[in-house]
Amino acid sequence: MTNPPTVPTGVPFIVIEGLIKQFDRFAALRGVTAEFDAGKVHVILGDNGAGKTTLLRTLAGLAHPTRGTVSVLGKNPHDACRDIGYMAHPSLLYDEMSGLENLRYFARLYDIAGDSRCEQVIRSVGLDPELSRPVGKYSQGMRQRMSLARAILHDPKILLLDEPFSNVDVHSAREMVGLLKGMRDAGKSIFVVTHQATLLEGVADEFVWMQAGQIVDRTHHLAPEITRAEQP
Amino acid sequence: MRSFWSITMATLTKDIRLEWRSKDALNAMLFFSLLVVVIFVFSFDPLAEESRHIVGGLIWVAFLFAAVVALNQTWARELRNQVLDAYRVSPAPANALFVAKVLGNFIFVSLLEALMAPLFVIFYNLRVLGPAWQLMPVALLGTWALVVNGTFFAAMSVRTRSRELMLPLLLFPVSIPAVISMVAATTSILTGEDSAHFYIVLLLTYDVVFTTACLGLFDTVLQAE
Amino acid sequence: MKKAFPILAALTALFLAYAFYEAMFVAPTDALQGDVYRIIYYHVPSAWTAFLLFFINFIASVQYLANAKPSTQRAAKWIVIAIGIAGAIAPFIPQVKQMLPPGMYPSSVATTALIIVGLYFLIGKFFPGQSLDVLAVTTAEVGVVFCTIVLVTGPIWARPVWGIWWAPGDIRLTSTLVLWLIYVSYLVLRRFSDSAQTQKLAAVLAVFGALDVPLVYFSIWFFRTQHPQPVIGGGGSMDPRMLNVLLISWMAFLCFAFLVCWARYRLEQLRREVEEAEALESLREPGAPSAQTSKAKVPLSRGPQ
Repeated sequence: MTNPPTVPTGVPFIVIEGLIKQFDRFAALRGVTAEFDAGKVHVILGDNGAGKTTLLRTLAGLAHPTRGTVSVLGKNPHDACRDIGYMAHPSLLYDEMSGLENLRYFARLYDIAGDSRCEQVIRSVGLDPELSRPVGKYSQGMRQRMSLARAILHDPKILLLDEPFSNVDVHSAREMVGLLKGMRDAGKSIFVVTHQATLLEGVADEFVWMQAGQIVDRTHHLAPEITRAEQP
Repeated sequence: MRSFWSITMATLTKDIRLEWRSKDALNAMLFFSLLVVVIFVFSFDPLAEESRHIVGGLIWVAFLFAAVVALNQTWARELRNQVLDAYRVSPAPANALFVAKVLGNFIFVSLLEALMAPLFVIFYNLRVLGPAWQLMPVALLGTWALVVNGTFFAAMSVRTRSRELMLPLLLFPVSIPAVISMVAATTSILTGEDSAHFYIVLLLTYDVVFTTACLGLFDTVLQAE
Repeated sequence: MKKAFPILAALTALFLAYAFYEAMFVAPTDALQGDVYRIIYYHVPSAWTAFLLFFINFIASVQYLANAKPSTQRAAKWIVIAIGIAGAIAPFIPQVKQMLPPGMYPSSVATTALIIVGLYFLIGKFFPGQSLDVLAVTTAEVGVVFCTIVLVTGPIWARPVWGIWWAPGDIRLTSTLVLWLIYVSYLVLRRFSDSAQTQKLAAVLAVFGALDVPLVYFSIWFFRTQHPQPVIGGGGSMDPRMLNVLLISWMAFLCFAFLVCWARYRLEQLRREVEEAEALESLREPGAPSAQTSKAKVPLSRGPQ
């Protein structure tokens, strides 16, 4: 298995070496070796079962490698947790609390005092901090945005987003993409797993293709066939 | 250290607030506890001579059943929407979460016991023949014993099939010395026939040993996928 | 293993037959109990074997957890050495000697402490890494089997001799029951766990179980002093001829246990190897494409070719 072509420049921010992740008889990741630079948006694509979510969870420290190593900012992912923000397909929020109450709680986990940061972050994702409606009653678009707010609450250097646009309306999706662009321009590194790659076409710095538990290619652009195929 | 307690208190107050908002679950639990007592009253005749000697056992078995039902809910909210992942990914220490959950369960189970105990006194016409004040340390230490291990094993059960079954399955064997002590101590105090002193010390030892073990090993359990 | 196992199996069968002969025909008849007591030659060796196996499981579990990080691994080694030194010297100090329960000799405490240290390092040396966990599973399963034998033979012995099936105050039988319950729950946890870290969780449970056993012992011991209960199996000393047969029987049981563990251990090792191989193969399609050509062959998400 030869190494796929790496995207040049920069100091490696995230280094993955021979990563294998096995769940009993199923290997989700079968030997991933890659380096990722800082300050870029990397979009991870592939079929279901290609290992995209597992890769993201390993970077977040939620999945432990069966073999191989992952180093984030030169550390174990768990030790680098202050610099990592994670967003998954479930909302990672308490349904019975309002958005602000949720963020207030998570702020305490990150040693962030006061409400001002929480309110600022909620506004930045286009939601109203005063909204007392419990998160369980939000629309999907609002829930994804609030979930993103939780992920960026502690201003992490690295963002790991798993299917952030899933079931989200076009307007919310475009707003989120704009937000991601702004964060990348401010120097953050962003990894997005998505099936809707065209949303990120103008913003992504590279596309990482996965298949059968391995990275098979890394490109600067989406092939023109995909752009046409994804259009309605 | 200050941030540890701040996180513990934040988690505890959040849990209490959420429990209070969905009062349905709370009310259902209280009613369930009442039902357990009633079943026991119909199964073990309060007027029989022997009842006085077994009521210590009955009370703690009733508490145990109510506690298991409560403990099974410990992590339910964290599992919905995978909130536990958000905690794992944060720098917050695992033990802060554990202590908060144990304290929450302790308060909740104590509440249930406070409801059930007077019912037992009433239905069984109990009079305490020994030193009644000793019932307090027995109740506190005994409840802590059940709740600290129960919260820990509930976390272990999260990663298993038949979650609600795994908790009692893991909890009961390990709790046996605590149950023996609680029951024997309570019976001694109620009948006034023996000293409960040894059992109170044993319960204290049990609590110290297992609280230490839980605090030492909870991080391993939390980080399990 | 192919050559050694059948030979050892045959030898063990002979040894067991010899032990049976000794137990049934050579050992003298008990003055009080008659011939019924002979069940002791199965009841007691099973118990000792089960305890030994569970003890090995405990050590393997502790090491498995300690080996997760190099720092804890080092710390655990030093703690074990400290226990060994303390255990070997302390019982001989007069103040400590006084505190020992009657019937417990300082030399046996010292020997036990040294055995603990010896076992820890031996197991660490011969079972590195994942094989520690294989050892844990093996000893737990075989231990439960022997423990079941103890719990079945106990009441069978008790009924004709003492007139009761069970006495809750009987320390040994009740402690054995709790140990059995703990290890059955251990095996259930291993079976029901979906976690990728099942092995660590099981090791944690084994540690909890080990911490529990002395507490069980003490709680029943005190219960018994308050409420005198019949002691199944009697106390006191044993005719040296009976003791001799008991030890022969135990040796035979140990050989048998060793054989069964060996077979189970190999089975588990092979199972894991197969699982690993299957996992690495699992996503590979027939006629797997290599990296260079995959760009052309990656289906669906890249649109029509």
